[in-house]
Amino acid sequence: MYSFDFVRPATLDEAVAALAGEEAQALGGGQTLIPTLKQRLASPATLVSLGGIAALKGVSSSGGTLTVGGGTTHGTVAAEAASVYPALAKLAGNIGDPAVRNRGTIGGSLANNDPSACYPSAVLASNATVVTNTREIAADDYFQGLFTTALEPGEIITAVKFPVPQKAAYIKFEQPASRFALVGVFVAKGADGVRVAVTGASEGGVFRWSEAEAALSSNFSAGALDGLSASADGLINDLHGSAAYRAHLIGVLTKRAVAAAG
Amino acid sequence: MVDVTMKVNGKTVTKSVKGNMLMTEFLREELRLTGTHVGCDTSQCGACVIHVNGNAVKACTMFAGECAGAEVTTIEGMANKDGSLNVIQQAFQDHHGLQCGFCTPGMVMSASALLKENPKPSEAEIRHYLEGNICRCTGYHNIVKAILAASGQDVSAIAAE
Ligand SMILES: Cc1cc2nc3c(=O)[nH]c(=O)nc-3n(C[C@H](O)[C@H](O)[C@H](O)COP(=O)(O)OP(=O)(O)OC[C@H]3O[C@@H](n4cnc5c(N)ncnc54)[C@H](O)[C@@H]3O)c2cc1C
Ligand code: FES
Ligand code: FES
Repeated sequence: MYSFDFVRPATLDEAVAALAGEEAQALGGGQTLIPTLKQRLASPATLVSLGGIAALKGVSSSGGTLTVGGGTTHGTVAAEAASVYPALAKLAGNIGDPAVRNRGTIGGSLANNDPSACYPSAVLASNATVVTNTREIAADDYFQGLFTTALEPGEIITAVKFPVPQKAAYIKFEQPASRFALVGVFVAKGADGVRVAVTGASEGGVFRWSEAEAALSSNFSAGALDGLSASADGLINDLHGSAAYRAHLIGVLTKRAVAAAG
Repeated sequence: MVDVTMKVNGKTVTKSVKGNMLMTEFLREELRLTGTHVGCDTSQCGACVIHVNGNAVKACTMFAGECAGAEVTTIEGMANKDGSLNVIQQAFQDHHGLQCGFCTPGMVMSASALLKENPKPSEAEIRHYLEGNICRCTGYHNIVKAILAASGQDVSAIAAE
């Protein structure tokens, strides 16, 4: 690791000020960033830990919206969102392993936008809103491709607001070594119809499968997907699975997710 | 440099350390607590699991500066007050839950976090919880058996392997 200064502010304002400095970078749970620093793929002059900011942590719900603080760990979401939004809690509870879940945060996962990460699919399928220190960003505008998001340099994810769907489920086909999604599908049936978000599959990161959304919006059952197949164009083709295999998995997992959502 | 004060195994320690110092380095090199092992340094193997404010975390993927004000427990803090092995450690010995012992500190720390959350886990729950702890020797069977035994469950029907 290159050397850097480490600061751990206690308030969001102090963190925003620290991130305005030269070559400063936010540190969430470090479960992605620390390995990146060890590989010398990042070289911040100052690392600004968000871990000491109490206002960024916690889960609350009111009026059909579940709000998760940007610095909330996967473990906390698994435990505290279970009664209000079980599909989201279950997704969080299957990220990595217990020790990873005790450190990794929703804000870090969304800022990173790994094409195989779990949370992006929940945010996109739920039509959630990403809240930052300066603005609110709709899920459809937030994800902009591989490891790319609408965030500006120094912008901090302070919360994510999930409209709780009537029915939802996430099914992950695990890449057995990393436990990330080889393909993961999040299906959510909300007031405005059905949204289907696919992670792990595309070279462009998380995306909505609009044909499946249309079919499920008129008939929310696994059978409504019979005969539909996802296109293999632009899907990831690597040693873990070909593009055609991933396209096949999208169809199978979407059906399973619909069945699990009930 | 960052000044950090934390409680490690009940003792308050204050040190001035480099900003990029990992908890594994802090424990092993600053405090000479070498029971926390470094197997992979990439958060895969779990040999470095410690507890920070009661939560199991991988010390190789956490900066010392993040532990400011925290209560940290390492394998050195697990034995009973009189120095005898605690119930999990004793069960690992009784049921041959280790061979080379490299993974054992992390296994014991993960097991103790599991039993706090779930005092009578099933075999499947134990295996699921240990997903982030890799053992190259035992084949896991006797580790799972030791944890079942430590939780007070009957393991007489489970064959030794
Ligand atoms: C062994 C292992 C298994 C894993 N398995 C999975 C899995 O199955 N599914 C999955 O989805 N993920 C998995 N992960 C990744 C994990 O979820 C990470 O926690 C997550 O991707 C990053 O979150 P973090 O809080 O650790 O962020 P960090 O690593 O601290 O930061 C990542 C990036 O986000 C930025 N950042 C952090 N917080 C914020 C914020 N609040 N606002 C703006 N920017 C911010 C940082 O500057 C950095 O660029 C795994 C990780 C490991 C080590
Ligand atoms: S050394 Fe930390 S997980 Fe392997
Ligand atoms: S006993 Fe050797 S690695 Fe587990």
